[in-house]
Amino acid sequence: MRDEVIRRGRGAVGALVLAGLVVAPWVVDDYTAAILARTLALALVGVSVALLTGVAGMPTLGQTAPYAAGAYACAVLGSQISDVGVVQLAVAAVAGAVLAALTVPLVVPARGVIVLMITLAIGELVVTVLGRWRSVTGGTDGLAGIAPVRPFWGLPVLATDQARYLYTLIVVATLVGAVLLLLRTRAGLLLRAGRDDETRLRASGHRVPLQLSGAHVAAGAIAGAAGSLLVVAQQYISPADFGFDTSALLLLGVVIGGTASVGGALVGAALVIAVRDWLFGVLPGHAPLVLGALFVATVYLLPTGVNRARGRLRPPSAPASQPDPPPARDHATVPELRA
Amino acid sequence: MVVAAGTNRIDPYLIPALDGVAYGLLVFVAASGLVFCFGVANILNLAHGLLYAIGGYTAAALLDGGWPSLALALAVGVLAAAAAGVLLAGLLTPVAAGNHLTQALLTFGVALAGGSLLVAGFGPDDPQVQVPAALDGSVVVAGHRYAAYRLVFIVVAAVIAAALYLMVRRTRAGMLVRAAVDDAEMVACLGVSPARIRAGVLAAAGALAGAAGVLGAPIIGPGTDTADTVLLLSLVVVVLGGLGSMAGTLLAALAIGEIQTLGVALLPSAAPFLLFAAMAVVLAVRARGLATRWGAT
Amino acid sequence: MTCLLSTQDVSVRYGSLAALAGVDLCIHDGQRHALIGPNGAGKTTLLNVIGGSTRPQRGTVRFDGRDVSRLGPAARARRGINRIHQRPAVFPTLTATENVVVAALPRVIPRRRWWPGGRRRTAQHRAGPLLDQMGLADVAAVPAGHLAHGQRRQLEIAMALAGRPRLLLLDEPAAGLSATEVGRLAELLRALPRAVAVLLVEHRLDLVYALSDTVTVLRDGQTLAAGTPDEIRTSPLVRQAYADGVA
Repeated sequence: MRDEVIRRGRGAVGALVLAGLVVAPWVVDDYTAAILARTLALALVGVSVALLTGVAGMPTLGQTAPYAAGAYACAVLGSQISDVGVVQLAVAAVAGAVLAALTVPLVVPARGVIVLMITLAIGELVVTVLGRWRSVTGGTDGLAGIAPVRPFWGLPVLATDQARYLYTLIVVATLVGAVLLLLRTRAGLLLRAGRDDETRLRASGHRVPLQLSGAHVAAGAIAGAAGSLLVVAQQYISPADFGFDTSALLLLGVVIGGTASVGGALVGAALVIAVRDWLFGVLPGHAPLVLGALFVATVYLLPTGVNRARGRLRPPSAPASQPDPPPARDHATVPELRA
Repeated sequence: MVVAAGTNRIDPYLIPALDGVAYGLLVFVAASGLVFCFGVANILNLAHGLLYAIGGYTAAALLDGGWPSLALALAVGVLAAAAAGVLLAGLLTPVAAGNHLTQALLTFGVALAGGSLLVAGFGPDDPQVQVPAALDGSVVVAGHRYAAYRLVFIVVAAVIAAALYLMVRRTRAGMLVRAAVDDAEMVACLGVSPARIRAGVLAAAGALAGAAGVLGAPIIGPGTDTADTVLLLSLVVVVLGGLGSMAGTLLAALAIGEIQTLGVALLPSAAPFLLFAAMAVVLAVRARGLATRWGAT
Repeated sequence: MTCLLSTQDVSVRYGSLAALAGVDLCIHDGQRHALIGPNGAGKTTLLNVIGGSTRPQRGTVRFDGRDVSRLGPAARARRGINRIHQRPAVFPTLTATENVVVAALPRVIPRRRWWPGGRRRTAQHRAGPLLDQMGLADVAAVPAGHLAHGQRRQLEIAMALAGRPRLLLLDEPAAGLSATEVGRLAELLRALPRAVAVLLVEHRLDLVYALSDTVTVLRDGQTLAAGTPDEIRTSPLVRQAYADGVA
């Protein structure tokens, strides 16, 4: 019964949020629309973080790496190939997936907090590379004046902030829908099973590393696509967009959203990013201090958001993560259990 | 002729190579704090770079070119960073043990807030660090001029590394540390409260990072990026060196030092990718060994 | 007749302790083979070696005519060795049906290979009857974490069967079950398809004698005796071993 209420409540909130997002560009000013578009792109990265952290059980602080790869591939390569948004999106997704595939040998054999550490190192190294590889990335100055795109062949160029926002919204909605569909298939079932108990999954004959690699590459592609959306939304990118604080904010957002829930991750990530942007607007100078304090406070307030991500957060040597047998329904038949 | 040609070929790289040793030893001292934290208390401390930055800013504020100021800065920096470590341990107490995600997020929050406080206290510009006047000049090494401070730093850092090694190998506390890295539950069985272990470990990690921050201030100076840089380098050291041995940590740190200096001098065009390549190569060579050993801790 | 599964000279040492010291075992197709012995005799270790979760320092494991010594648990499961653990290992957040589907998937060959969802649908078709057979039809949609201990045990058997095993390893399936539940378990195990060979490790000798056609007695990592349940029941050697083991 309670589940039913929660489910309906969630559905209602989802519908409201979506309705709000659709009408937003006609209500807010250009600047806010641009900020919203960027937030949507980051929320999509948040979805990829949730996919790895919550669904696959690989907590990550490095999804900014494929996100950055996608953004730079889109800005450097994609804009050379075509001004069609869908093409650039594909280029960015491929770039993100390739980067994720290259880092599979680093990430997939590791578990738990080690994944957190290795992904963080990867993300930071990518930012370092972006800052130093001046000939291609423009160094720390970034790339400015990226040509505007047309969403599809034959459509006009996205000239206004409203148009860019709506394009971002449509792409994010489509990709999130695709992720939700994917999670209902066999792949999603196996990922959830692996998060529950990896050893058991192996014992049934599943190739767990292969599945995790697949999830990692898929999450990379999603983050890469989000990179392309960032390019569209900002028309300017620099290594500062992909810093370590972004990763941590996204992870916090995903934890707030309930770790394993894609919708929750979207809302949580968007919320956290919005709070950050708002703080930097109203409190220039002291924003990191308040943001840091908010981090600590949130962690104290939201222990439940984290508990769901058990599974692979423990080292695999620990006994398979099973809760103790729940109290037997009929005590009369199981005297030994209570002895 | 051949010999001369040989020295000529090596010659231009002597200074970067020496720099690499200094850089590597500095990274070693800083990273060993993170290794302790991670290996013993099983906490991914994202505020580790902040602890180093505390030491760095202390050095910048207190050093005035004299020896007493160096001693004072060292004492204050070590104490301040250790105290920050204890504070961090206190903040971590309410968080469920073993909940790595929450712990990491909390330490990140502390890093963010702490970094902001440092900037508020010391200003947004990277401060200048004054080394003791006696070490301000340069000495001649194999026909090259080399900063005296760095040469002395190499010696001092090597002494710290050796002392650390002896402590871990020979003392009771060191034995506990090694035992904890091997089997965390075993130490829990000894009856020491986890909260006290956490406080002790974070204080030790803070002391190491603080000492590295003060002594290394002329090499990786205090600034807004310092915390991130040191955290990244320390993480890469842990990834490369594993948790198994101090020798591994030292080798990894020296390798990073050389990559960042000699590597850049030798292969300037590939410089941005060298750290990445090193990580890939090491992990590929050790492939599964790394994951299994880490998995077991 | 060749063995479906055979171990030759399998030895496992933990430090100075020899858990297994040169064990030879042969299980034929469809055989019901029980492994008994005092605590610490190496029964579970042998099961781990056969299942692939423990690597022996010496010796080989052959299954279906092939050397599988170097394969991990997953690869062995795909070849037809499935296992039931001492503590029921199920996926707690997945429903009972999903648990069985996951277990069935690796050995599912769909009729239309590239049809999306084909594999899952075939696995789903296999899950229903298995849950019925195990008496779990009522709780098919309940998350496994909410099931009672005995039901989890039954679910795990359903999962093991869903993988179409040729050899089923049962590690103390009666542990933690009530007398009634043990009775049900015995029925279920007796009703296992004849084609499936079973290797049963169990402390309750009544269950062992009721279910098996061959019994091997292990002690200190070595085979002490092997024979039919009647032979073992009456063997003075075995009684002596148990008396020592208990004392």
